[in-house]
Amino acid sequence: MEAVCENIFSTLAPCLTSSGWDPSLAQFVSILLGVLLITTFPLLLALLLIWAERKVAARVQDRLGPNRVGPFGLLQNIADALKLITKEDITPAGADRIVYNMAPVIAVLSVILIWAVVPFTSTNIGADLDIGVLYFVAISSIGTLAIMMAGWSSNNKYALLGSFRVVAQLVSYEVPMVLALLVPVMIAGTMSMQGLAVHQLGMWFIFTAPVSAIIFYVSNLAETGRAPFDLIEAESELVAGYNIEYSGMKFGLFMVNEFIHAFTANALFTVLFLGAWAGPFATEVPILGFVYFMVKTALLYVPSLILRATVPRVRIDQMMAFNWKFLVPVSVVNVLVIALALKIAQGLGLTPENATDFVSNIPQTIVLLIANLVVVVFALTLVRGSVRKERLMTSGKRAEPAAGDAEQKALAATVAGH
Amino acid sequence: MLEITPNTIAFLVFALLSVGGALGVVVSTNLIHGALFLIVSLFGGAGLFVLLAAPFMAAVQILVYIGAIAILIIFAVMLTRSMTSLSEIFNRQWWISAIVAVVMLGLLLVGAILPVWGPSGTNAMLPVSDAVGTTVDLGIALVDGNQFVLPFEVASLLLTAAMIGAIVIARDNE
Repeated sequence: MEAVCENIFSTLAPCLTSSGWDPSLAQFVSILLGVLLITTFPLLLALLLIWAERKVAARVQDRLGPNRVGPFGLLQNIADALKLITKEDITPAGADRIVYNMAPVIAVLSVILIWAVVPFTSTNIGADLDIGVLYFVAISSIGTLAIMMAGWSSNNKYALLGSFRVVAQLVSYEVPMVLALLVPVMIAGTMSMQGLAVHQLGMWFIFTAPVSAIIFYVSNLAETGRAPFDLIEAESELVAGYNIEYSGMKFGLFMVNEFIHAFTANALFTVLFLGAWAGPFATEVPILGFVYFMVKTALLYVPSLILRATVPRVRIDQMMAFNWKFLVPVSVVNVLVIALALKIAQGLGLTPENATDFVSNIPQTIVLLIANLVVVVFALTLVRGSVRKERLMTSGKRAEPAAGDAEQKALAATVAGH
Repeated sequence: MLEITPNTIAFLVFALLSVGGALGVVVSTNLIHGALFLIVSLFGGAGLFVLLAAPFMAAVQILVYIGAIAILIIFAVMLTRSMTSLSEIFNRQWWISAIVAVVMLGLLLVGAILPVWGPSGTNAMLPVSDAVGTTVDLGIALVDGNQFVLPFEVASLLLTAAMIGAIVIARDNE
């Protein structure tokens, strides 16, 4: 009995059964506790995340940030949450009551559900689905729905405009994100999150597929509505965006959703490109894996906070142009080139026999890195072309007669280039 | 006859979601509510796919139908404000859809439910097929020359053609 009950996280059900419980009841209780644990974890984490965000933003802006409640102001968010709960709960006249009240719940749900497939350690994962990556994409598409519901049901034109803008942004940036996700899936040959983590024990995918990692990071910034893509809450244009009518804890839920989403995005980046829990002794001592996982995610999260506090907001047309004219073509070419390179590596017999071994991964990694270089060259030509077009246009506007001249020059430059 | 297991309860919940959502789509006078009910119904369908051990289909159901198509419908409805409070729930073609629905129900009863629970329905406990398909099997089936590569390619071509058509229609005439 002792041996079964030793690791209570992984073997609660057999442990309870051995102490005389009904097996199916023990199974149910253990699953229920697991669900409770996984859903509570990100919610509690949110308290810390908001604190970290405020501290980092304050430091960037040469302030101190919260420092009154508790040590280093750590308890500030608990005070804030209490304040939000005690605030008056206002439902605007003409609002669609049921939809209005459901929207914040669905928003938080869409983020929390993602944590079900996050592999915390080599043994602890909510549900190691066969289709983990697809599950993530499917669940995050529900977030769009929540914002749509919030914007429409508020019966406010700014909220509706804000939600249109958000949906345009989220739906557009989903395309490069999914295409970037495809590359780790292709290399590992599995969509299971735990499978991806195990496959990276030898070589992290950020080394084999750096271009996809960058695309994933950038489109995730946009998906989470972080600066420079925070058009979702452009105060100067939209007052507040889709959540303008919400007050009290309902508004708080949207904020919690935003903070957890930003962290979740980085956690997924860790799983997909930084080997999740991989690290020294992580397979022998699972709890170490959890520490590695959180440290890696935090190391990614802090730069994203600094980024948010420093860069200005892009215009909506710039954002759309950047996505459809740059990110999408690059990610399509990336998928095609990587697929080809993988097949070439397979044909040359360079595919590692044992993916968990560092040395046997090196040949394939070199082939894939060359493929990545090809994609980078393509991306640079894309940038060059669009910049030249812009330059021609501005010079054409400045002096109409000079336009022909500039075109002549551009033609000459192209000829010289060849 | 029916024993209550967690699976049965889950089935009943998802069936209720799917049928109740479908009813909501038909009877609500607010088109946005109709679209949201459609999402509820599709979600129930996704749950049924999970119970049938087809998680891939469930994820695709949520991703494509809820994440893309339902949101597109809501978008379209939102841009047409006058559609949010309809005075009547039937239009002149209601009898056509009634006939289609009744025929479909009849076909399902005869084709799927009668063989299992009918007079000779002793095979109620038999699984439909022994083959347990994984996502990998599905992927291979879609690109295998002996299986479904032709329908798959034809469908892809059709979608590409539809997309190009949409772009051509939406383009300004210059």
